[in-house]
Amino acid sequence: MTQIKDRKRMAGFFIKGSLLTGIIVGIILWGGFNWTMALTNTEQFCISCHEMEDNVYKELQETVHWSNRTGVRATCPDCHVPKEWVHKIIRKIKASNEVYHKIMGTIDTPEKFENYRLTMAISEWKRMKATDSRECRNCHNFASMNLEKQEPRSAERHDPHVWEVVDGKTPSKTCIDCHKGIAHHLPKGWEEAAKKAGLQD
Amino acid sequence: MKKPLLITIVGALMLLQAPLVIGEETVTISVKDLKALKSLCASIDGAKTTAAAPISSSAPAAVVSASPDIGKAVKVASLRGFHELDKDAKPVEKKKQFKISGGIEKNWTLQPPSIPHSIEKDRITLKGNTCMKCHSKANHEKEKAPQAAESHYKTRDGKKLEKLSPRRYFCVQCHTPQADAKPLVENIF
Repeated sequence: MTQIKDRKRMAGFFIKGSLLTGIIVGIILWGGFNWTMALTNTEQFCISCHEMEDNVYKELQETVHWSNRTGVRATCPDCHVPKEWVHKIIRKIKASNEVYHKIMGTIDTPEKFENYRLTMAISEWKRMKATDSRECRNCHNFASMNLEKQEPRSAERHDPHVWEVVDGKTPSKTCIDCHKGIAHHLPKGWEEAAKKAGLQD
Repeated sequence: MKKPLLITIVGALMLLQAPLVIGEETVTISVKDLKALKSLCASIDGAKTTAAAPISSSAPAAVVSASPDIGKAVKVASLRGFHELDKDAKPVEKKKQFKISGGIEKNWTLQPPSIPHSIEKDRITLKGNTCMKCHSKANHEKEKAPQAAESHYKTRDGKKLEKLSPRRYFCVQCHTPQADAKPLVENIF
């Protein structure tokens, strides 16, 4: 009898012990994972590669997304990494391709970068179009867009899309359809290529 | 009984210190030096009043004739005025570019039209010309923008081209945005 009791007690200890270790290890692993991911989601991480720092990061600094009246600015991940967890993970997995190309040195000189710029731009435009410019809309919201404060020309062009949103329809166009090359230089021959890829009217 | 004593000691110390501080900043100036200083001030004033005029007439290249004993302290004006050599040049005063709906009237028949909007975001580089996003043959109707004239699609021998002629590529060589800025030189046109 005492043997059985001991066994039961042992089993109880084992279950409790493994649960406790499981929880602790889980917290450490999950926390570490999230911490690492948050670390790769900073601008400092992006520009730790000279490919980013010397090209696209410099170009961003000429634009309104870097400096403006109110001092609000967009960092690399604001536009290039989705905010929601699932989409973020998918993007991060796809980004392993970028790590491969970093190791291969696909764009490690300004000339190589220029040669590859159109390909990279098209792929990013495609991503934006496919997600209905989700990352733009993290900040830019039609519901908060005051057309009276815009230039008449801009207001005229935004107007139909605002109404589509008001009426609960999917907007017939998405931000990236018109707003290309707003944060980085446009590649050579972008217009023809974008038209060919169905990204431009 | 001790407190007033302390206060008087501190007070006395402060009083003692006061003339010392002043003494440090006092500089004895000889009559010779005064003369040189005067001429230096005059040349600085001169440079200030002519600052708005074109470069050639400003900064009278006045090498202040300093007495040799204070040669070290005197600054010498160059074409850049009294700006330190190792400092960056003064930034150009920024003016907001005009936005005028309906365009700007021409002053004479063959004048290249002025740009009635800001071109701050536009870039004309080897890679591309963002003006042509709106003003090209293909896009001007959609964008409701004036089209670049026929002449811009011809070589100098009159041969027609599909794309903008390279000699017309740099739009801002002839077309300029407008701002409320004082003319750099007098214009009697």
